[in-house]
Amino acid sequence: MTEIPDCIAEKRYSSGDTVQIIVAFPPGHRRIPDYIKGKKGVIERYCGAFKNPEELAYGFDGEPKRHLYRVRFKQTEIWDAYDGPEHDTLDLEVQEHWLKPA
Amino acid sequence: MTSNPGENSDNYDHDHEVLKYNDDSAHDYDEMGRYELMSEALKELLIERNVVSASEVREYLDFMDSRGEHVGAEIIAKAWTDPDFKRQLMTDGTATVAGMGVTMAGAELIVVENTDDIHNLVVCTLCSCYPRTILGLPPDWYKSKVYRSRAVHEPRAVLREFGTILADHVSVRVHDSNADMRYLVMPKRPVGTEGWNILQLAELVTRDSMIGIAGAQQPPV
Repeated sequence: MTEIPDCIAEKRYSSGDTVQIIVAFPPGHRRIPDYIKGKKGVIERYCGAFKNPEELAYGFDGEPKRHLYRVRFKQTEIWDAYDGPEHDTLDLEVQEHWLKPA
Repeated sequence: MTSNPGENSDNYDHDHEVLKYNDDSAHDYDEMGRYELMSEALKELLIERNVVSASEVREYLDFMDSRGEHVGAEIIAKAWTDPDFKRQLMTDGTATVAGMGVTMAGAELIVVENTDDIHNLVVCTLCSCYPRTILGLPPDWYKSKVYRSRAVHEPRAVLREFGTILADHVSVRVHDSNADMRYLVMPKRPVGTEGWNILQLAELVTRDSMIGIAGAQQPPV
């Protein structure tokens, strides 16, 4: 795989992997919306490594970069009362530190 | 910016009238809002401290004003007519639009295609991320809390309210643009446009169709 020397480590996930969003409520600017915490989805694609927005928000340099993925969720997995068919989905960008294997 | 605020207090003498160039009100004066005033003050300070020049501010405004849905419409119309270009655009959006002279200003572009079975809708729940260098400034509704919350949990209802009614067999794919990607929807090419050139097709590609809240305009019958 492509080497990203300034990144925190090798990426842990690949397209098709099932993942779960970590449930945590640390203070400060966090780039993960509450509605998706605890939900399971599938890696749609790996987007690359980007400066960490949760550090950039406070004037830090955002290094080391974080791996960013697009994760696809079934809407019926996210919302108990979703009004629509089973095949409707939502894609969200998630930094690796908010993911765990499912 | 590293100096002690106390010793420089005399330099912060900005207690003068700020001249507005964007006054579209009917009367000859109006009050500046708090945030507008702060942004003007910040701009003046940045210019005073030579962080940016007045020319750079003007040039950037000029650049942003030159961005608008016509940029996106040309990209989509080209993709409708050129399969190789479309393939590149879907594979590496950022590099492909760069080849047309369109910058993504540090973000990456992902183009998502509407088909008979898939309808894509873009939202930014956390703020109002939007492909500004391709579509210009976002519409007010895109930035509203109502759209940002409802588009993720009841997209079909929101689409219906904008006049877009989708059959159940169509998958609605919502894209929450919450980080470093920007999304452009490629609407379905309208039936009855066979043989049209890029300029003609681009006329049918609206801003709303590239956000996914509507389809492309239909050709006149």
